[in-house]
Amino acid sequence: MPELGRAALALCLGLALYALVAGAYAAKTRRRRLARSAQNALLAAFGATGVASIVLLAALLRNDFSFTYVAEHTSRELPTAYTISAFWGGQEGSLLLWLLILTGFSAAAVALSRRTAADLLTWVVPVLGLVATFFAFMLVVVSSPFDTQLATADGAGLNPSLQNPYMMIHPPCLYLGYVGLTIPFAFAMGALLARRTDELWIVATRRWTLFAWTALGIGQLLGSHWAYVEVGWGGYYAWDPVENAALMPWLAATAFLHSVMIQEKRGMLKVWNVLLVILAFCLALFGTFLTRSGVVSSIHSFTQSPLGGWFLGFITLIIAGSLALVITRLPILRSKTRMESLVSREATFLYNNLLLVALCLTILWGVAFPILSEAVHGEQITVSSPYYNFFLRVFGLPLLVLMAIGPLVAWRRASLRSLGRSFAWPAGLALVVGAVLLVLGAGSSWIGLVAYTFCAFVLGSIGYEFVRGTRARRALTGGSWVAAFVELVGRNRRRYGGYIVHAAIVLLAIGIIGSSAYDTVRERTLAPGQSLAISHYVVKYDQLVRRNGPNATEFRAILDVKKNGSSVGTLESGKNSYRAEDQVSNEVGIRSDPLTGEDLYVITDQINKNGTIAFKVFVKPLVNLIWISGLVFLLGSLVALWPSAAEQRRLAARYHELRALARA
Amino acid sequence: MSALAFAIGALLAVTCVVFVALPFIREPDPAEDRLDEPGALERRALELAEERDRALSALKELEFDHRTGKVSDKDYHELVGPLRARVAEALRALEPTAQPSVRDSGPGEGVRGNREVPPRIANG
Repeated sequence: MPELGRAALALCLGLALYALVAGAYAAKTRRRRLARSAQNALLAAFGATGVASIVLLAALLRNDFSFTYVAEHTSRELPTAYTISAFWGGQEGSLLLWLLILTGFSAAAVALSRRTAADLLTWVVPVLGLVATFFAFMLVVVSSPFDTQLATADGAGLNPSLQNPYMMIHPPCLYLGYVGLTIPFAFAMGALLARRTDELWIVATRRWTLFAWTALGIGQLLGSHWAYVEVGWGGYYAWDPVENAALMPWLAATAFLHSVMIQEKRGMLKVWNVLLVILAFCLALFGTFLTRSGVVSSIHSFTQSPLGGWFLGFITLIIAGSLALVITRLPILRSKTRMESLVSREATFLYNNLLLVALCLTILWGVAFPILSEAVHGEQITVSSPYYNFFLRVFGLPLLVLMAIGPLVAWRRASLRSLGRSFAWPAGLALVVGAVLLVLGAGSSWIGLVAYTFCAFVLGSIGYEFVRGTRARRALTGGSWVAAFVELVGRNRRRYGGYIVHAAIVLLAIGIIGSSAYDTVRERTLAPGQSLAISHYVVKYDQLVRRNGPNATEFRAILDVKKNGSSVGTLESGKNSYRAEDQVSNEVGIRSDPLTGEDLYVITDQINKNGTIAFKVFVKPLVNLIWISGLVFLLGSLVALWPSAAEQRRLAARYHELRALARA
Repeated sequence: MSALAFAIGALLAVTCVVFVALPFIREPDPAEDRLDEPGALERRALELAEERDRALSALKELEFDHRTGKVSDKDYHELVGPLRARVAEALRALEPTAQPSVRDSGPGEGVRGNREVPPRIANG
C-alpha cells in the first residue's frame, strides 16, 4: 500500500496548493464560491492526510518491512505501544504527524469560523494553505515515509531512549503546541491582508492560542520527566538546543497571551501583538528546523537530512512576508489610546512582555550562536548551561516579582497609597517566609533564598486576590463563601485561570530551585554489601540481577534504602541491553517521598566485570513539585479555556448588531 | 499498485475533487457570487462596538476593584467619571436614529443606520 500513501500525500499537496492559490485569488477578487471551494480543499486535505497516516500506521502494525521507514524504526520484538509511537519516532513520520495536525487544525478552524468570522476566513485560508503546501511538499518530494525497499526479515528497532511511555504522549503534545501556533498566525495575517484592525482575529483565535500554549507547556514538562526518568543523567532540563526550541515559542506565546489583554482592554499594542504572533510561529518553525536539519547536536534531533535548507528558506519567506505585511499596514494599526501611568496593570504586562521577549531572544542567541560561529569561523562554539542559567536568573527573578505585583495593581493607574495597602499582606508574608527559610539554612544559596521569597510573594498575592475577590462577591450576592468563590472564578475565568497558572509557575520554580540549588550528589563504586551515605539516606548495594524483558536484557542492582536510620524498602537501578537495536540504556532508580516532594535518584553509571558498580546518587529536594505543577498548570489552563456563557453572549450581541446594521 | 490501493486512491481523489467543486455544483449559475465584505460603515460600527464593550468592561472592572479594595476611594472617583463619560459616548455613537445613513463617518462621529436597530448592550 505505499502507493496509496504516496497518492494521498500528493493529493494533499494538490489540495493545499489549491487552497493557497484559489483562496488568495478568491479573497482578492471577492468570489464567494471560489472562496468556499478553497475552504473545502483544506477540509479535504485533512481527509487525504488522514488516509496517508492510516497507511503508515497499518504498515507499522503489520511490521511491513518493505516500507523503509518501518524497517528503520521498528522490529518484530518491539512492543505494540512503541510500534505506534514509531509513527513520530523518525523524521518522515513526525513530519507526517505535523501535516496531519496542521490540516486537522486548519479544517477545524475553517469549520468553527465559517459563521463567526466568514470575511476574515477568506484571507486565512490561503495562509493556512501556504503552510500546508510547504509540509506536504516536503513529504512528497524531500522526505517521504512511503519509500520502499526489499522487505527484510526484521527491522532495526526503535532508539531505546524512545522506548518509554512518555514518548507516546510527549511528542504529539509538543506538536499540538507547535502546529497550534499556526492558527493565530494565519488569522493575524488574514486580518492584515483584509485590512481589519478590529479584534475579530483575536476573538477567533483566543482559545486556539491558549490551547497551543497549554499543549506546548505540558509537552515540555512531559519531555522533562522523560529526560529525568529515561535519559539518566540526573537532571530534567539540559538547555539542549531542541529543548530550547520548544521553550522559545512558549515564551513568545506567553508574552502574547498577556499583551493581547492590553489590546482587548485598552485597544493598544496592535503592532506588538501581531509581531509576537509572528515570532511565536517562526520560532515553532525554527524548532522544527533545528530538530530536522542536523545543524545542532542534540539527543532529541533526527539525523542529518536535506530538510534544513528547505526549512530555512520557508522561515525566511515567512519572516520577510509577514514583516512586509505589518510594515504596509502600520498606518491602520496605530493605537488611539496611550498608557496613562507606568504604575498600572497594563504597564506590568508590558514589563513582563519585555522580560519574556528578552529571555526568549537571549535563548535564541544561545541556540543560534554555534550555527553562526560555524558559519563565520568554521568552528562550532557551543553555549552551555552557565550562560542560560545566568540569564534565567536575570530575567526570571524580575518576572517572579511582576507575577506578584501584576494582580495587585489596577488597570489604568494606581496610587502609591492603594498599592501599599494591596502589597502589605503578600509582601509581609514573603518577608516572613524568607526569614524562616534563612533560619532553616536556605541561605546556603542566596539566589535560592531570594527566589523562594519572591515565590512566597507571588503565592501571597494570588491568595490575597482570591480572598478579596470572594469577599467582595459575597458582599454583593450573599450566600456561602464557596458559592461566592465559584461565582468569582466563573465570571472571569481567564483572570482566575491565569492566577492558577501563575501558581503552577511558582510550584515549578520552587521545584527547580530546590532540586538544583539545594541538591546533593555522591559518586562511588560499590561491591555487593557495601553502602553509600548521602544526606539522610544510606544506600546499600545488595546484589545484581539479570532478567529478560520483552525486547531487552535487563541488568538491575538491588539496593536497600534507609532514611534517617529506618528501612524504607528497596530500589532498582541498572541498564537495559536492547537486542535488535544493539544499544544500552540507563534505567535509573527513583524513590519519591510524597510528603516532602524529595527524590532519591540512583544512576548505575558502570557495571564492572568484577561485580562492582559505579553509582551516582542524587538527593533532589522538592523535585516532584515540578511534575505537580504540570497538573496545576493544566487545571488553570482548562479554567481559562472553558467557554464563558456571558462572554459568548457579549460577543454574539456585538457581531449580531453589526450584521443587523449591515443589512439595514 | 494493488487493485485495492488503486480503488481506494481513486475513490479518495474523486471524493476530494467533488467536495472541492461542491460550491460550483450546488450553485452552477448563482444570481450573486460576491463575498460579503464589511463596508466602511460596518467597520466603523465594529470599532465603536469594541470601544463600547471595552469601556463597559473597564467600568465593571473598576467597580469590582474598588469593592475589593484594590482601588482607593480617591483613585476610584478620579477614574470613574471619565470612564462613565466614555461609556456614554460610545453608546451615543452607536445609537440608531431615523436619519439617513452615513456611509463613511469620521472617527469622531457616530454611526447612524437608516432604520431603527435597537441597541443591545453587552452584559459580560
